[in-house]
Amino acid sequence: MIALQHYLVVSAALFSLGMLGILTRRNAVNVLMGVELVLNSANLNLVAFSRFGPGNLQGQLFAVFVIVIAAAEVAVALAIVLTLYRLRRTPNLDDADILRG
Amino acid sequence: MSAEAVIFYVFAAITVLSGAVVVLARSLIYSAFALLFTFFGVAGLYVLLGADFLAATQLLIYVGGILVLLLFGVMLTHKLYDLDLRSEVTQFLPGLIVAAGLFAILTATVVRTHWAGGAGRPPAATTAEIGRLFMSQYLLPFEAASILLLVALMGAAMIVRRKKEA
Repeated sequence: MIALQHYLVVSAALFSLGMLGILTRRNAVNVLMGVELVLNSANLNLVAFSRFGPGNLQGQLFAVFVIVIAAAEVAVALAIVLTLYRLRRTPNLDDADILRG
Repeated sequence: MSAEAVIFYVFAAITVLSGAVVVLARSLIYSAFALLFTFFGVAGLYVLLGADFLAATQLLIYVGGILVLLLFGVMLTHKLYDLDLRSEVTQFLPGLIVAAGLFAILTATVVRTHWAGGAGRPPAATTAEIGRLFMSQYLLPFEAASILLLVALMGAAMIVRRKKEA
């Protein structure tokens, strides 16, 4: 029998993988992929709680909002990455140190 | 092992393994395509959880929208003749320690916690009910989300627009 804990462990694994990507990648687009993994793991949690919890749809509604936020986030983040690339000819986050005093 | 368990483990394996490829692959393109399989795996888990509308939304928006946008990002931030789309890794060992520790803590918490089981939701079609809730109880967040999307897309277009040389 698959219970709530199974889904939560999968979600924890996905979250940790996303965190690893955010922490260790230098390429900005790759960091964004890590953020997507983290958002997906949060969504998985919400839907699992919606299924095994009090039995209403609120978790799924919140997951829809998370998807909307993710779409907006990716659009703005890619715009910033493109502008950075135009300015410094590099997609690496280490080179985005123009504001350093 | 029941059929549900088999399907769960298949989708969970797809999700976690391709998620690992996303993080560990050396090429950006490999990462992007592994992300496709991660999204598919999560969509399968949604179906297993009885969230049919959310699974379809996941495929439409993540696979059809966000992944294509990310691929555009990969292509636009590299020189076109640069076939070596390698993504460097920095400080891998500290990151690995943090991520593994995080996973251990989260898993221990999940296993040790006594989850209060609710009534649960038997699998049933959710689309009509979600639409009804969006138009009644959650109307304000729904409208706020639509304005957020509009503002974010206009802002993105403004940021990348090339300014005319003065």
